[in-house]
Amino acid sequence: MPIQVLMPALSPTMTEGTLAKWLKAEGDAIEPGDIIAEVETDKATMEVEAIDEGVLGQILIAEGTEAVPINTPIAVVLAEGEDASAADTVSAPAAAPAPNGGAAAVEPEPAPAPAASPPTPAPAPSASAPPAPSRDGQRIFASPLARKMAEQAGIDLAALNGSGPHGRIVKRDIEAAVAGGGAAVPAAPAEARAPDIAPTPVTPTAPYTEVANSGMRKVIAKRLLEAKQTIPHFYLTVECEVDELLRVRKDLNARSDAYKISVNDFVVRALALALRKVPAANASWTEAATLQYNTVDISVAVAVDGGLVTPVVRNADNKGLVQISEEMKDFAERAREGKLMPEEYQGGGFSVSNLGMYGISDFAAVINPPQAGILAVGAGEQRPVVKDGALAVATMMSCTLSGDHRVIDGAVGAELLGAFKGLIEDPLTMLL
Amino acid sequence: MATITVREALRDAMAEEMRRDDSVFLMGEEVAEYEGAYKVSQGLLAEFGPKRVVDTPITEAGFAGVGVGAGFMGLRPIVEFMTFNFAMQAIDQIINSAAKTRYMSGGTVGCPIVFRGPNGAASRVAAQHSQDYSSWYAHVPGLIVVAPHTAADAKGLLKSAIRSPNPVMFLENEILYGRSFDVPDDDYVIPLGVANTVRPGEDVTVVSFSRGIEYSLEAAEQLASDDISAEVIDLRTLRPLDIDAIVESVSRTNRLVTVEEGWPTAGIGSEVAAQVMDRAFDSLDAPVKRVSGADVPMPYAANLEKLTLPRVETIVEAVKAVCYR
Repeated sequence: MPIQVLMPALSPTMTEGTLAKWLKAEGDAIEPGDIIAEVETDKATMEVEAIDEGVLGQILIAEGTEAVPINTPIAVVLAEGEDASAADTVSAPAAAPAPNGGAAAVEPEPAPAPAASPPTPAPAPSASAPPAPSRDGQRIFASPLARKMAEQAGIDLAALNGSGPHGRIVKRDIEAAVAGGGAAVPAAPAEARAPDIAPTPVTPTAPYTEVANSGMRKVIAKRLLEAKQTIPHFYLTVECEVDELLRVRKDLNARSDAYKISVNDFVVRALALALRKVPAANASWTEAATLQYNTVDISVAVAVDGGLVTPVVRNADNKGLVQISEEMKDFAERAREGKLMPEEYQGGGFSVSNLGMYGISDFAAVINPPQAGILAVGAGEQRPVVKDGALAVATMMSCTLSGDHRVIDGAVGAELLGAFKGLIEDPLTMLL
Repeated sequence: MATITVREALRDAMAEEMRRDDSVFLMGEEVAEYEGAYKVSQGLLAEFGPKRVVDTPITEAGFAGVGVGAGFMGLRPIVEFMTFNFAMQAIDQIINSAAKTRYMSGGTVGCPIVFRGPNGAASRVAAQHSQDYSSWYAHVPGLIVVAPHTAADAKGLLKSAIRSPNPVMFLENEILYGRSFDVPDDDYVIPLGVANTVRPGEDVTVVSFSRGIEYSLEAAEQLASDDISAEVIDLRTLRPLDIDAIVESVSRTNRLVTVEEGWPTAGIGSEVAAQVMDRAFDSLDAPVKRVSGADVPMPYAANLEKLTLPRVETIVEAVKAVCYR
């Protein structure tokens, strides 16, 4: 029997993806575990492994096809001895893009879909109903009550195992999760309540080049729009004198070639320790309760081609500068290659965005929901300062906190920045 | 507080209303001289005479039609069917004449009539004489449908039914006629359309009516020993349905089981389930479960008849299923 290979869901939020590349050609033998294709999700490029043994009989979705819905058949695997014509018995659903080129060569009969025609875009999933929660592409079954309770408690259903029939998540599972506390993870932000403002139609009046929106671009657009529309942002700026930090950094980096600590690594560690001191800021808003995180996990914005990702330094308060530095280096490299795993950039309780290396003095960042704060770090630059009534020169770094006022009040934000500034200006205290 | 049977409570209700209002009269097969095929009208002929307690020929369509006409003209007839199985002969009078005339006359002609008699399975009277008409009549706009369990409810609800300006189907139960319950001594009525919580509970709501309450209460008792606290709601009136009471209960218990003797398809339980899904979807932790009579004509054999009707075990099983136990 020919076996269909389906478009996999490679992250919990993925509904469609781009079939970036086929690594096997029709006629190639494949073993379970072989990487047969690469799929671009909203944030990363992921590899598709073969599950079955056989011969890649037919590729149904051509390389480069965008917006392929999950579970669409993308190829047919034939068992040993099966003739390629057996692939005919497996028909691609009408909604799938028409196979390109190669398909016609396999089919003894003329291909019904003209090979020359451009791929038909698959219909986009309906936007009217919110998607059912899913885990690894499988729909999660939960009772209506359990769904409501999970939403109110800010519990992600994907993190729970249901005790009801067929793994259905029921009331007692949510109660156990709430009682257990540890199982509670920030819920995916509720569907943004978009105000009833029709978007202004864009009517270009000048010549332009159309750049297709990548999956990442769309996610950035959606989440940041949601953040600015639904989160009451407020901003606090603190000036940190970093001469001592730069001296310590130079000193440390001179001691070994095994590491090269950046200013940003100090910033991540200082912010982590400050959040440990001011746990009220390390939290997320939900209607039912404010969720204060037990761990300090810092999302660090990394610019990549066409967008940005936020890999998470987990338990950052328990990590030394070298470890943070190594993790960040690895994250940054793999982020640029699009090879970060979803679990590496999902979650996180607080964010850092540093544009100092671009010479930006100070700026305010948009909160990354469901987090309640983001620290925008500017460049360390020499400025005139007044010290003990006299004008002096110091290296100053402006840091601006964007806070979610539902969670963080002005005083709490000030307390957090005070702790942060203390650590940055006296870096030896980061040892304590 | 006196302890009397459901049979006596029904008689008392009719007698009190006939004393109170001269326009109330009783007609039906064997209601006068024989004092009722099930002895519900004992003493009424002696007290009220043959003009107000009328024996009819064995012609349901005929005397039901006479009753409906009397209702149109301003009397308050009580029409007794020997059983509701025989009322199928009269269903055109009930639905097309009694239920619809207020609507079709633009509100000028009403029919304050009560059709009453035993409904549903008794014991070994087989397929044609064991039918439960609850959902049949509850389907019809223009009718009020009552199906009491206790003597107190039977009395208070029948008095309300007789006073109602609209046709009321009053569905009694032959097995319950002989059951005894406490009945208040004072002159009271029970409003139509109001359910009664007969046993409070926390884990599951069991909704039933008529004889189903007997099984449900016994099941609740058994479930209590398994540490499941079942709330039992007696609907009492099937149309209009007291959906607010059910939704209130389900919002606390998050689970619902319905119990009825009638067939499952388009039954009272189906209607309750649909309305609860509509009104309390987010309160449900499990699918609503219906316990009903089996989807077959009633067998004559005693052992099969027993298996056809809802039983305590089937209710316990359904409750455990919705409690994920």
